[in-house]
Amino acid sequence: MAKVLVVTSGKGGVGKTTSAAALGAALAQSGLNVVVVDFDVGLRNLDLVMGAERRVVFDLVNVIQGDAKLAQALIRDKRVDSLSLLPASQTRDKDALTPEGIARVIAELREKFDWVICDSPAGIERGATLAMRHADQAVVVTNPEVSSVRDSDRIIGLLDSKTERAERGERMEKHLLLTRYDTGRANRGEMLKTEDVLEILSIPLLGIIPESQEVLRASNLGSPVTLNNPDSAPARAYADAARRLRGEVVPMVVPEEKRGFVQRLFGRRVA
Amino acid sequence: MRLLDYFFARRSSAPVARERLQIVLAHERALSGAHGDLVRQLQEEILAVVARHLKIDREMVHIKLDRGASISTLEIDIQMPAEPAGAH
Repeated sequence: MAKVLVVTSGKGGVGKTTSAAALGAALAQSGLNVVVVDFDVGLRNLDLVMGAERRVVFDLVNVIQGDAKLAQALIRDKRVDSLSLLPASQTRDKDALTPEGIARVIAELREKFDWVICDSPAGIERGATLAMRHADQAVVVTNPEVSSVRDSDRIIGLLDSKTERAERGERMEKHLLLTRYDTGRANRGEMLKTEDVLEILSIPLLGIIPESQEVLRASNLGSPVTLNNPDSAPARAYADAARRLRGEVVPMVVPEEKRGFVQRLFGRRVA
Repeated sequence: MRLLDYFFARRSSAPVARERLQIVLAHERALSGAHGDLVRQLQEEILAVVARHLKIDREMVHIKLDRGASISTLEIDIQMPAEPAGAH
């Protein structure tokens, strides 16, 4: 039975696309068939983050409007066989998405894949509500920062009211993914702690992704961080989160960058 | 002592963030329900009652809302024009 997962946040720039790509790749690496769908019509970026920008021929809007078959628009990842991407359109706007069209595409994807990961656009408008519409589960990406937490709270409200599941009176499974976390700053009281965010939003924690230059490096190179540098702290955190999505019980730790002897000696990283 | 206070106060901004969030979200969650426009509605009705008895200029009405953890205040400050000379 396929699972549809929306990666959402309300606020922009918190790491939705990075997380959708990293989680998708991690799930696919365990042999599951995964598709990541970019819902950010007009501002597509998942193709870039996944390194498929030069292979886009057809997109989600083409499929919805019947100009292309779903199989023609899907791009298979070159590194992981079981990972596919359905890109968003760059030239159209969000009005090109119709509720009926999205319902049809999601139903078709459910038949082909084990996991359908919908990368939501920022905001709470049409694009975001359509991305969450058919989801069975949601990953709410949040930075430990006031505006992000407030927006996440708003999105949680929408997940509990505007989705098909909510309308049927069923429970929407929601997970918190805390990104750009800096343990040192949180311990010094400069940044909201995990417990603070959890207490305020009261949804279960899926993972804590440490702030890391590896995330930017991976997107520069067009490779999900879980594939680009699997040993890095954020990659290990995403891999753990993916295992939790699959139902495994994994102890919650904030991975730290592995440091060499010289780096440890001087107490800081050498770039 | 002062100096220490200064440094500690500067360092721990997270507890302030946490408290501010708890307050604002408590209100936003309450407002997203059926009482969505309660404050706006209150304003309108209070002004309507006052307007029934006194001539008020909407420009001279100042409304302040302060949402706190345990109590909130809605302050409506209506400046009434001085009786124009020779009105009687």
